[in-house]
Amino acid sequence: MITLADVSCQQGALLAVDHISASFGPGLTAIAGPNGAGKTTLLRAMAGLHRLSGGAIGGQTGPRQVALLPQAGGVDRRFPVTCRELVAFGAWGRIGAFGRLSGGDDARIDAAMAQMGLSALHDRLISALSAGQFQRVLFSRLIVQDAPVILLDEPFTAVDTATEADLLALLHRWGGEGRTVVAVLHDNDMILQHFPKTLLMARQMIALGASAEALSPANRLKARQTLEAELGLLIT
Amino acid sequence: MTLTEILLEPFGFAFMRRALAGCLALSLAAPPLGVFLVLRRMSLTADVLQHGILPGIALGALLGGVSVLAMSFGGLLAGLAVVLFAGLLTRATGAREDSQFAGVYLMALAAGVTIASFQRNLDLTHLLFGSVLAVDEDALVLMASVSSVALLGLSVIWRPLILESLDPGFLQAQRGQGGLWHACFMALVVLCVVGGFAALGTLMSVGLMLLPAVASRHWSARLGGQMVAAVVVAVLSSTVGLLLSFHANLPAGPAILLVAGGVWLASVVAGPYSSLVHGGRKLV
Repeated sequence: MITLADVSCQQGALLAVDHISASFGPGLTAIAGPNGAGKTTLLRAMAGLHRLSGGAIGGQTGPRQVALLPQAGGVDRRFPVTCRELVAFGAWGRIGAFGRLSGGDDARIDAAMAQMGLSALHDRLISALSAGQFQRVLFSRLIVQDAPVILLDEPFTAVDTATEADLLALLHRWGGEGRTVVAVLHDNDMILQHFPKTLLMARQMIALGASAEALSPANRLKARQTLEAELGLLIT
Repeated sequence: MTLTEILLEPFGFAFMRRALAGCLALSLAAPPLGVFLVLRRMSLTADVLQHGILPGIALGALLGGVSVLAMSFGGLLAGLAVVLFAGLLTRATGAREDSQFAGVYLMALAAGVTIASFQRNLDLTHLLFGSVLAVDEDALVLMASVSSVALLGLSVIWRPLILESLDPGFLQAQRGQGGLWHACFMALVVLCVVGGFAALGTLMSVGLMLLPAVASRHWSARLGGQMVAAVVVAVLSSTVGLLLSFHANLPAGPAILLVAGGVWLASVVAGPYSSLVHGGRKLV
């Protein structure tokens, strides 16, 4: 559970997130909107990575309660660590910089990798993975983090269809376990099929509710127009 | 000349034994730091440091006399100041870090040479390029202490430093103090650069850190393997370089670095990983 009360965020001179109030409960929620709508900024703010210029975020917001899957590119894929080492960093919240991995942590890491179909790749360097395999590694780390709130920024970009199906199944399981799963997504068909709730935004909130209603043609048009109007103001 | 005369006789001299012991100590500690510098794409940052410590060393000599300890202490302070100053400038102006570093190091080099030129008894060549004769008891103790502290320090910050290099966003989301680990790491680098200056000279000191590290990438695809390879290259280069310096009457720093550079070139050509000969080897 995570609640936004009148949240605003600056991105340089822009107001990327404009006074949004919403609450995300257990289950799957999508964040949708045109490019430049502030979706990533909002997600990063919820993970404590972007300073709020106004409002407050409440609920489960501690570093051990929120797990974030950032857009691809945050991880230095050329750094020489193995898949298992990267997954093991999911235990950071419990062991920190100096603690020792417990037997339970080791078991959790192995189970997470098995669940993502990575058992044969424990000692493979991350530089030698395909995009889909790498996304499975990052999801294994999320499993090890075991957080009640899971934030995903475009988790299906550049992954193969088999990986996409496995990841979706995992999201549904997380939802069933009562975790709060919030994903920034572009694909409306996928949202309608798998995400019961959607927040549609264009810097400000356009709609929040059942996905079919939130993503109605009228709302989507409104989102585009709102953003274009703001961009137009900026240019003139 | 027999092989014994070439390889062993130089070490009959006490100053050569001290230089060798000091360089071997540094060879254990500096290359692992160099591996991280290379992986973090900060090789040139280290280059800046070697210029940055010069004014501190010269001031140390001016105020405390031409002793290794006084000069090293000055160098340490100057190195830390350069790292802090360049970091603050970058943060304050939003400019790219390398341009700030370039400004800082050019100024520091000019200031260092100016201060050093005030002092007749300070040999600038020795200061910049090192001399085996400069490794007295104090310098040896200094090199050994610096290496011990650097190795211990690196082992303490090992895990957070890896995470900060690999996925800084994740560390930040875990409130993991990324800046703190970066600062600790840079302090260790400064320490090692200063520790090496007596034997290797300020301009060459970073070489023992970086050349083995860039060579090590061609010997292993793993972090641990690269550490070991870098240390082996540094130990070999120090030993052979000191012999070369003795027989050919070369300054110690350049001699050691020329050997390390030779190893690096050979590794680029024929090392087992991503070299010209084995370019396509899978990193599995």
